[in-house]
Amino acid sequence: MNRARRFRLGVFRVTVFLVMGAFFLIPIGAMVEFSTRGNSLTAPRTLQTWADIIKVPDLVQAITVSLELAAITSVGMLVLLLPTMVWVRLRLPGLTRIIEFICLLPLTVPAIALVVGMVPLYRWIKINVSDSILMLAFAYLVLVLPYTYRTLDAGLASIDLKTLSEAARSLGAGWGTVMLRVVVPNMSGAILNACLLSVALVLGEFTFANLLLYENLQVAILYQSFVSAGTSIAVAVAALLFAFVLLLILSFVGRPRARMARAEEA
Amino acid sequence: MPFFAYVSLFLLLPTVLIAAGSFAAKDGSLTISNFTSINQPFLVKSFVNGAVVSLVSALAGGFAGALLAYAVVTGNPRGLLRRAVTSASGVLAQFGGVTLAFAFLATLSTTGFVTILLQQHGINIFPNGKVWLYELSGLTLLYVYFQIPLMVLVFLPALDGIRPQWREATESLGGTSWHYWRYVAGPLLAPSFLGCTLLLFANAFSAYATAQALISQGSLIVPLAISNLLTSETGRAQPGLAKALAVSMILIVTIVTVLYAVLQQRSGRWLR
Repeated sequence: MNRARRFRLGVFRVTVFLVMGAFFLIPIGAMVEFSTRGNSLTAPRTLQTWADIIKVPDLVQAITVSLELAAITSVGMLVLLLPTMVWVRLRLPGLTRIIEFICLLPLTVPAIALVVGMVPLYRWIKINVSDSILMLAFAYLVLVLPYTYRTLDAGLASIDLKTLSEAARSLGAGWGTVMLRVVVPNMSGAILNACLLSVALVLGEFTFANLLLYENLQVAILYQSFVSAGTSIAVAVAALLFAFVLLLILSFVGRPRARMARAEEA
Repeated sequence: MPFFAYVSLFLLLPTVLIAAGSFAAKDGSLTISNFTSINQPFLVKSFVNGAVVSLVSALAGGFAGALLAYAVVTGNPRGLLRRAVTSASGVLAQFGGVTLAFAFLATLSTTGFVTILLQQHGINIFPNGKVWLYELSGLTLLYVYFQIPLMVLVFLPALDGIRPQWREATESLGGTSWHYWRYVAGPLLAPSFLGCTLLLFANAFSAYATAQALISQGSLIVPLAISNLLTSETGRAQPGLAKALAVSMILIVTIVTVLYAVLQQRSGRWLR
């Protein structure tokens, strides 16, 4: 690469990163700025709105149920999806395409369209099963399917499932032992990834909750903004930072394993 | 298997309910009146608006995202910068909804950070008192915010497939940078770029939460129209019409997604 081109490329890269950095960071910074404003433009900075978060029962309640929903969805996703995927890989490889199609289906059915079909279903659930907000977890399981399927599929592809399970079976292990003590520990990175993705997705979910008339975190934040813009923005920033930390963890998990695999190839 | 029982109950059943319900009249008889009544000015307008917002935000996000992806690709493939940009993109691509609307309200509303800052320097971003943030142009700007990161995520693999040898080959044949982009990299990347832009279009077309949090009233775009028909408290809820709109949305998004898949396959011939 000659020097003139290298210089032009450097200028191009710096410009792009500066412009993009400004575009993406300013709105987030503005939220922090907005949430620390005093009562007037000249008032000193204050963290009052942040402290007010725990004083609003609706918000605390919504944060709690959203975290519960996130946990239930993650566990439910694993229980439902992982054994099915293992079973299909080992015994019914012909079903792979069908499972993949089903799992990726929610990507082409917009949430706002899917919820139209969920409304009658949830009317029935509210009357006949339970009117608890935790019932939303059933709908959220569908939402996280495409993302978790891909993650778990990549995880399963990276281990020699057939050999591992046959070895375990020949030593007398039952299927439960194979799943819990052989498959899960061998793909812990992918499983953690799938869980973190589900948590991030559930914490940010608005469409289903709003139209099925439940009050989860995002809906509560929107309601709170009609009462106090500052507090609602403070919660929004907090939720965003939480999701960011989760996904930062995600980007570091599983990397040592990747390095090991590369070393084995070499 | 429990998996099949579950997806048929919570994924396939709702889809069937939408499809069947869109052909049902209020008394349950078979009808296509739900689809013919889409032909009302405010609903047609919501489709046109939705298409315009999606197209503009997909093109803007596509170009900006491609530039950012290229800036990332030309750096160290295992460097901190690349990891930071990809994980930030992962978060920001999902960063729609209430938080996004708030972020821009805190930035560009009449009491927003940037608005006030510019005002102090004598610049008024809302000439003639026209607050465009709550209109289509404002919505488009918000959509670009999650379109760029999505473009980075889906376009990076294509850029990674570009081999430095191709550039060297161009140069050894006497080609300039212009020749390289015009005759080598451009045509190779074009199908992928087009496909990714289509994906961005589908993404924006299906988005609901951001618009609801920013605008909250009226039927500016299709998702808002569906939401209004579904939750109208004045007894004018029209579930049949909402289902017909939902079916139309699914159709449009499916067609666009299939086109995306075809184009991705086409670009996979060279960029692996």
